Amino acid sequence: MSKKNPEYDFKWCPGCGDFGVRRALEQSLNKRIVDLEEPIENTVVVAGIGCSGNLVHLLEGVQPYGIHGLHGRSLPISFGVKMSRPELNVVVVAGDGDFLSIGMEHIGPQAQRNLNVCVVVMDNAVYGLTKGQSSPTSDLGMITSSTPYGKIETGLNPLRLYLTLGVSFIASAMSSKIKDLADLIYRGMEHPGFAIVHVQSPCTVYNDTYEVLKGNAKKGIAPIAWNIPDDHDVTNWQAGVNLLDNGGIPIGLLYSSKERVTLDDKIQSEKLPVPDMEKLFNTYQV
Amino acid sequence: MKKKDFVVRFAGEGGQGFLSAAQGFASANTTAGYHSQTFATFPSQITGGPTWMQARIATYPIHTRGDELDVLVVFNEEAFQNHKGELHKNGVVLYDSEKLEVSENMRKLGLPFEKLGKSTGNARAANMVMLGALATLVNLPLDILEEFIRRRWGDVSRYGETIVPANIKALELGKEEALKSSFSVGELELPTKSKHDQILLNGNEAIALGAIHAGVNFFVGYPISPATSILVWMQKNLVGEGKFVYQASSEIEAITALLGAGYSGAKAMTSTAGPGFSLMSEGLGMGWIAEIPLVIVDVQRGGPATGLPTKTEQSDFLSALNPAHGDVMLPVIAPGTVEECFYATIAAFNWAETYQGPVILLSEHSLSERQQNIIRPDLSKIKVENRNIFSGEGEYQRYQSDNVSPMPIPGSAGSYVANASEHDGVGDTTHLPHRHVEMTNRRFSKLSLLQDGSYESENLDSGTVILPWGGSKGSGREAYDRLIREGYSVGWAYTMFLHPLPPDLLSVLKDQDLVLVPELNYLGQFSSYLRALGINAHSITQYTGLPFKVGDLVEMIKEKLDS
Ligand SMILES: Cc1ncc(C[n+]2csc(CCOP(=O)(O)OP(=O)(O)O)c2C)c(N)n1
Ligand code: SF4
Repeated sequence: MSKKNPEYDFKWCPGCGDFGVRRALEQSLNKRIVDLEEPIENTVVVAGIGCSGNLVHLLEGVQPYGIHGLHGRSLPISFGVKMSRPELNVVVVAGDGDFLSIGMEHIGPQAQRNLNVCVVVMDNAVYGLTKGQSSPTSDLGMITSSTPYGKIETGLNPLRLYLTLGVSFIASAMSSKIKDLADLIYRGMEHPGFAIVHVQSPCTVYNDTYEVLKGNAKKGIAPIAWNIPDDHDVTNWQAGVNLLDNGGIPIGLLYSSKERVTLDDKIQSEKLPVPDMEKLFNTYQV
Repeated sequence: MKKKDFVVRFAGEGGQGFLSAAQGFASANTTAGYHSQTFATFPSQITGGPTWMQARIATYPIHTRGDELDVLVVFNEEAFQNHKGELHKNGVVLYDSEKLEVSENMRKLGLPFEKLGKSTGNARAANMVMLGALATLVNLPLDILEEFIRRRWGDVSRYGETIVPANIKALELGKEEALKSSFSVGELELPTKSKHDQILLNGNEAIALGAIHAGVNFFVGYPISPATSILVWMQKNLVGEGKFVYQASSEIEAITALLGAGYSGAKAMTSTAGPGFSLMSEGLGMGWIAEIPLVIVDVQRGGPATGLPTKTEQSDFLSALNPAHGDVMLPVIAPGTVEECFYATIAAFNWAETYQGPVILLSEHSLSERQQNIIRPDLSKIKVENRNIFSGEGEYQRYQSDNVSPMPIPGSAGSYVANASEHDGVGDTTHLPHRHVEMTNRRFSKLSLLQDGSYESENLDSGTVILPWGGSKGSGREAYDRLIREGYSVGWAYTMFLHPLPPDLLSVLKDQDLVLVPELNYLGQFSSYLRALGINAHSITQYTGLPFKVGDLVEMIKEKLDS
């Protein structure tokens, strides 16, 4: 609601990757409205706490429903939304600290359940909002305000984590390639099951990785991002694992399997009759 | 004069099978028209370990499990040593003579339960021998138990034809042996059947039933004593279209899932106890600031941290009231009896829907494990509230008013952001001082919608009232009755609506010279809150992990009255 709302005072820094993610999400939601003739009010965007989570206030145009919740808890909040109203389109937007550090405990259970939501992770490998501390995806040795002598922990490979946990749709994207990203988010929302679109979304203030990602021939910097080849079999889990062994950051759809039923379709008790109060009382009658 | 009530305690080791026999004993008596209340404690270990269960059977409605034992049934030496001190001076100890010897000079009856049981042809009839002897000691007609046996094992296709006659034989063997001993603890009056249908259940079952009637359709919880049985009950019964129940991966997941569900229009609930309740702190703060209706059951156990998982205490009151950082004060409803567990749950949902925020239902271990007969509720008389839903078109300022406003539901017009940060009318984050003032005032002013709580009061002229809360209601009430009988000048007040208090009760209490608050915690938590409201309240505390005994409480109250 930012444009219309002078009271809202948060702004992303110039060049922040999150601008691109916002644009891509708007495009994919607009496409849904047209393609599926679905009102925007059918979408709920659940945001975590961080620079990234502010996306929910900064969306332009038609407004979906939103929840701007607690640091690390966007995924379980989305679980509550989806399971109480399975017909809604539920999108989570989160930062890497939000999703992979404080919120890490929630990924495994939802992957096992195959909760039918789409998560967009904005990974800048740093804590932006709290001004530049290290995050799980910061590299080993990286200097940040909280690791002045270099980060001691090895950097987490989130894509490998998602594969291991059994996430059923895993995509990797860059915030600067808005069209591709919009397409992956759209497909993630369409995917029947737990979808994660993991986005490299650089922080221009604390960890500007644009050059590292894309490379700079003039300076002799080779890009660490590379496109997943067209012939990659996205339904083959092992092929996804093998792809990651090549190092760097593969971009594109890594894995997508529709083999497992979604959580909302698995609930068997829905088919039972709603119990009648008087009958319940009867079981306690003396 | 015939006796009007008696108390029996069964003590031994978990897994000895006497607990279900004791339950059966209480339910058989309730069927016959007696009032009954049971209380059980269980060890934390899963198999074995010292355990006991107490049943009180009376011809009139009772409030507690009773202080002194008329009969103590023990199955091992340890149990005898631990419990003999609570036997009334005319009480009888009934024991399994194959397991222990009682050499002390007291009224005692040792029977080889097992051996006598086997002689009936049913290897598992030992408990029936025990019940037969027990019934005889208290002059209870055996047909009450025979009736129970027929109901319990009468299904020939499941249990065969021999169990019922063997069990009845076992009862008679027990009776014969007890008659030989010629002990009696006095004849119990015959019961008068109540005009109302009765149901027999425990506090957690009553909460679960109340929730169903209130319209719960989303329940997510994580197992924890003594709240687990609510989750398990829901897993079985919260079924059908539009209902969702799930075992969460943690209490943090449970509370945050509830936030999502409550926001989406569901009547959402979870149940937990101390440690889990602490983990819900941040989520409860969000429920308050984002204005999301939720019901959280905290079945209190003892102590901080992991504390005393299987004991009772009333030490979560202040946490329930202020569970989260920042200016937050949640509505708290604390049932005091099994019956109130049912009605309090419905009230908690009604409050959550009315003011659009979290409500804490504060129960406790002693209620969760207590089985009691209550009048079968007349559902046609119970009001169920539903939140005011936004049904307009176009843009909507969800938080733009100084009190509660209609709540938009995803899928319909009225998009907004439910924001855990301070926000403006549409839910966008703001840091403007006047907004924080407006929104804080708005949140607190919504509490004024919750003034419909009922309360009890009697004898207010004396200037001193006894005001217990929660599960201490029963002992508080019996202590009060005893003091009145003894000629003391003292009043009675009670409510399960702890915050906000019913306004009339508040002014009544402010007019008293002294308000005595029996409560099971060290700090005197409820009285400190009452003092902050301008009431001269003082606590009578106990923190043993057990409920008050009426006799003890009477003495403690007298001490305060006399000083
Ligand atoms: C429980 C809790 N702990 C800590 C914080 C403070 N906090 C706010 S945002 C944040 C980290 C943000 O980093 P990230 O999730 O990577 O998002 P970014 O700002 O980089 O988009 C932290 C630690 C908080 N809000 N809540
Ligand atoms: S601090 Fe970094 S992540 Fe945050 S808005 Fe600025 S550029 Fe973006």
